[in-house]
Amino acid sequence: MLLILAAVSFIYPFIWMVSASLSSESGLGDLTLFPVGFTGSNYVTVFTKIPLDRAFLNSSFVAILTTGLVLVSGAMVGYALAKLDFAGRDWIFYLIIFTMTLPFQITLIPNYITMVRFGWVDTYLALIVPFALNSFSILLFRQAFQSLPQALIDAARMDGANEMRIIFQILIPNILPTVLTITILTFMGLWNEALWPLIVIRDESRMTMPQLVTLFSVGGRAEGQLGVKIAAAVLLAIPIVILYLFFQKHFIRSMASSGLKD
Amino acid sequence: MKKWTPYLLVSPYILHFAVFVAFPVLFSVVLTFHSWNIISPMQYIGLANYKHLFKDRLFWQAVWNTVRFLLVHIPLQLIVAIVMAELLNRTVRGASFFRAAFFLPVIVSGVVVTILWQQLLSFNSGLLNRLLAALSVPRIAWLDDPAVAMYSIAVMATWKNVGLYIILFLVGLQSVPMQYYEAADLEGATNWQKFRFITLPMINPTIFTVVVLSTISGFSLFVEPYIMTQGGPMNTTLSAVMYIYRQAFQYYHMGYSATLGFCFALIILFVVIIQRRYVEQEV
Repeated sequence: MLLILAAVSFIYPFIWMVSASLSSESGLGDLTLFPVGFTGSNYVTVFTKIPLDRAFLNSSFVAILTTGLVLVSGAMVGYALAKLDFAGRDWIFYLIIFTMTLPFQITLIPNYITMVRFGWVDTYLALIVPFALNSFSILLFRQAFQSLPQALIDAARMDGANEMRIIFQILIPNILPTVLTITILTFMGLWNEALWPLIVIRDESRMTMPQLVTLFSVGGRAEGQLGVKIAAAVLLAIPIVILYLFFQKHFIRSMASSGLKD
Repeated sequence: MKKWTPYLLVSPYILHFAVFVAFPVLFSVVLTFHSWNIISPMQYIGLANYKHLFKDRLFWQAVWNTVRFLLVHIPLQLIVAIVMAELLNRTVRGASFFRAAFFLPVIVSGVVVTILWQQLLSFNSGLLNRLLAALSVPRIAWLDDPAVAMYSIAVMATWKNVGLYIILFLVGLQSVPMQYYEAADLEGATNWQKFRFITLPMINPTIFTVVVLSTISGFSLFVEPYIMTQGGPMNTTLSAVMYIYRQAFQYYHMGYSATLGFCFALIILFVVIIQRRYVEQEV
């Protein structure tokens, strides 16, 4: 009983949000499941006020490319840490642990200054490069590679395969669940990130979706039109919710593994 | 395999670490001794930033706001997550549906959740005040009353994150061997005793994880107060990150905002170390 009540309190607000976004401004205050005075005008208005279509493309481009880079860099470093023996390996491992425990508040301002110095402010590079590698995915790859038998690698070397081929053609197909976990966590984190884009992007045509929606909802351009603001929020939620519907179990498992890391 | 191959493979990490971790940490220490508006040259000012910080009413306000946030957020998070996980653990039918429902707010952006809750909490037409009005209780200014606003945000943050923690506790609960409970039943233990002496010690590591993650999220609050209240009313929802942001990008006090970041980071590490000691001793 309590469970049902709780589930309603988690789902109902989302349903309300969708129906409110489809309601006329006068019907907004109602607490119904269905739109009051059904209209799509809120969505039309959003697109005339802010370049949300452009922001969607920016967000997609940044999130997909960065996730790809995280996978490639994570696999390379994770493989070296798991399967190769070299001086300084343990040091690098400790550095990664250290990086993970470091609060981001300390690097926020200096990293912004780096972006200014590189001339990356208002470019995609500022949104991609700082996130192109992350410690947590290296550790996940390391763990996954450690579980694979050395014989697999030895056999490939006998056939003359180089290390890149060993990683990406021979080992990766064996650890696809890990790849999926990292893909989900990275993509979701990037798609939802609002703070960093707010700092490094000022040009509206380069903005990501969460950033643009944030600025829209505080900037006064949505003033007096709650329906428009809610419609913008719905549009921001839709892509990730669609992915969630397809990969629900993986999302839950991936997020749980990120919480259980220590 | 050539001798330098491993180094080539880890080179992306080394490069990334040098540029985005090592350099910024060192540079932030340098910045704390300087005054700089990013355009004119940096000016060495000794300990002035630190002196100013100790007397800065808004810095302490942001710390106090975070403490108030955590005092509501952590206990609420733990209670709701443990109760829901217990219930889910006993439910056979529809468990995956409930899990999916609780998880929905976890995956969407904080921006979406905040815009949604802004409507739920609105004074005149919000869902919560309508419920109160229906029960003929006076309306509450959830976001405009300085004594209430931060707690409203704490409740919202709990709603957003608790789905993840329900799953973590569920994993913890499912790892408790059934024999323990059966043995306790033979001894005539009450439900509370079973919870207190079997379940609680077994899920203690999860409690620690939840406490630490919640603490970090408290110090990382940004979009929630930024959209909801812009730090108001009377700065009672000004968060640590929001204050860093304000000093850096409204006033261009790069040295001082780096000092803020540095000190908040120290506070976070300090609090987490204390929590590790305390929570691990407990139970």
